Amino acid sequence: MANPEQTLDEILNLSATHFKVPREKLRPDDDFFKTLHIDSLQALDLLTKLENHFGIELPDYELQGVSDFRTLAGRIQSRL
Amino acid sequence: MLDLDRYGCLGAALRDALQKWPNELCLIESDRDKEKTRLTYSDFKDIATPVARAIEDAEFKPGDRGAIIMSNQSKWLISAYAIFYCGGVLVPLDYKLSADEHLQLLAHSKSSLLVVEFHLWRAITKSPEFKNKKFKTVLVTEAPPDTDLAGAIRWEEFRRKGEPLFAPRQLEDPACIVYSSGTGGRPKGCVLTHANYLEQCKSLTALFPFKPGIRYLSILPTNHAIDFMVGFIGPFVCGACVVHLRTLRPEFVRDGFVRYRINYASLVPLVVKNLERGMKAKFDALPKIKLWILKSLIAANKVLTRRRPHVEWSRKLLPQVHRAFGDRLLALFTGGAFMEASTLQFFYDLGLPIANGYGLTEAGTALTLNDFKPFRADTVGKPLPGVELRILSPDDEGVGEVAARSKTVMSHYLDDPELTAETIVDGWLLTGDFGRFGDSGHLHLFGRKKNMIVTEGGKNIYPEDVESVFDSLVLKEYCVFAANYIWPTKTRGQEILILVLRLDTNQKFSDELKEQLIACNRNLPDFKRVKGYIVWDEDFPRTASMKIKRQDLAEQIGKKLDRASAGLEI
Repeated sequence: MANPEQTLDEILNLSATHFKVPREKLRPDDDFFKTLHIDSLQALDLLTKLENHFGIELPDYELQGVSDFRTLAGRIQSRL
Repeated sequence: MLDLDRYGCLGAALRDALQKWPNELCLIESDRDKEKTRLTYSDFKDIATPVARAIEDAEFKPGDRGAIIMSNQSKWLISAYAIFYCGGVLVPLDYKLSADEHLQLLAHSKSSLLVVEFHLWRAITKSPEFKNKKFKTVLVTEAPPDTDLAGAIRWEEFRRKGEPLFAPRQLEDPACIVYSSGTGGRPKGCVLTHANYLEQCKSLTALFPFKPGIRYLSILPTNHAIDFMVGFIGPFVCGACVVHLRTLRPEFVRDGFVRYRINYASLVPLVVKNLERGMKAKFDALPKIKLWILKSLIAANKVLTRRRPHVEWSRKLLPQVHRAFGDRLLALFTGGAFMEASTLQFFYDLGLPIANGYGLTEAGTALTLNDFKPFRADTVGKPLPGVELRILSPDDEGVGEVAARSKTVMSHYLDDPELTAETIVDGWLLTGDFGRFGDSGHLHLFGRKKNMIVTEGGKNIYPEDVESVFDSLVLKEYCVFAANYIWPTKTRGQEILILVLRLDTNQKFSDELKEQLIACNRNLPDFKRVKGYIVWDEDFPRTASMKIKRQDLAEQIGKKLDRASAGLEI
């Protein structure tokens, strides 16, 4: 099982690739809506990509109120 | 459909619908690609009747209030039916609010019954305000086994045998209390009567008739006025079928259209734009020759549908586009000043009729809707049957505040006669929106006069509701405004909130303060966040009781600063 830091790193890598943003511009505490220039539906799209990558299922409500990569990583880590 | 003129309340109409079409499909619930529920009207009755009987046994009396906090699913409609059957007043709450906000609205509405999803109930029980709860009965759905439910009952086990007594209500009795905003200082609970809903249902189904076999895709939250009407009451009284999706993920929404061969759906601008973006990306990826053919077919379709939609012909001309929507789509509904005409035109040109409308919770569901006679991308349509609109104090171009008079306008704001008197004047609802009528009787919307914004996701945000999140900032004073309130633009879009800061004497606006401001802002859900700030150099005007005179402050700022230079981006 990946440790929390690895999970966070993989999320940042995947987000950078999926939304074509340089990886070095993404930091763990960034607001991903702002850094990735995405709306809430695109955030749900990202969630699907992350589910496929980590092999887990996250209900939509797990994203409710979450806007930074670190918290998102925490939610994913708890289901790994 | 049922003859709604014969009914005095929603409960009676819904009860008769279940009897009239026992073998028709009424409800499908799908979670991602898994179908969870498929009910005929008869199945629905078999499940809902024991729930109504149990609610009756729980000493829930006619006129009592029952709240629902759930995402779209069959249990939402079954619970609502049971509450109406027992003569209750339904309080549909937005499941995306915080636990504190839920508790505040539950207290404000004096709900004695609550039906809630497990994960939301868990959050509510952890709130410090939970100890002050007043509700008697709580039904929790899909709770894991062996979990402490803090006094709640499992919805799935809440059943009683026997026939519940139907409790009829009068037309002017409250049917629902619908909150048009979050919470903050002043919850706005719109009290809508049975007459409001029955009238709205008649006028909408006159334009877009439902019937058995018709399927409506429900992805707007059912607590929202539009989905409550078009995704529950409307289809049910016509014997049609509602399809619930429990996720908003774009891929499953697209899949839902195809799998369930959807005829109608209501979409917020955000979803419409997402669909447009996805389709345009697919078109752009086509080889040049295919793209040329597609564009030629779209041009032919435009000519064909110039006067009115011809979906059968459009399906033949552009089969792949229509197959991507299930090949049965008759119309999409969307609303608000946010919709760009180019987006609406994009769908219409593909032979996918999209009806733009306008409404507000205070007016039931909708005041205007495009009727496709012919299609107009630049307006929100004509007033619905039974709706009178007028423009107050129009300027030289005919633009002024839109006022509405209709049997669908709410009775009042719950426990707030002062706000009711400010909002409904001489029988006219003051919408706070700027508009003008075109020559053909279509309403053009231009912007908002009220201190509020409506997001692309269809949410009303009142600045007062988000202010407390900045309490920890060390400042002399601050205030949040809708930018359009300070600078009434009479142009569409650009709806943002801005924070106005007043620093202490000798205090500088430091990077540290800005970081703190950003951190506070991040505590808000993304759609409620402040987008800019102003450092204001005068004390805020206040009343004798030290409340900020918001209107005066907005006018002062508007006179001294222009919008383009004032709002510094956060």
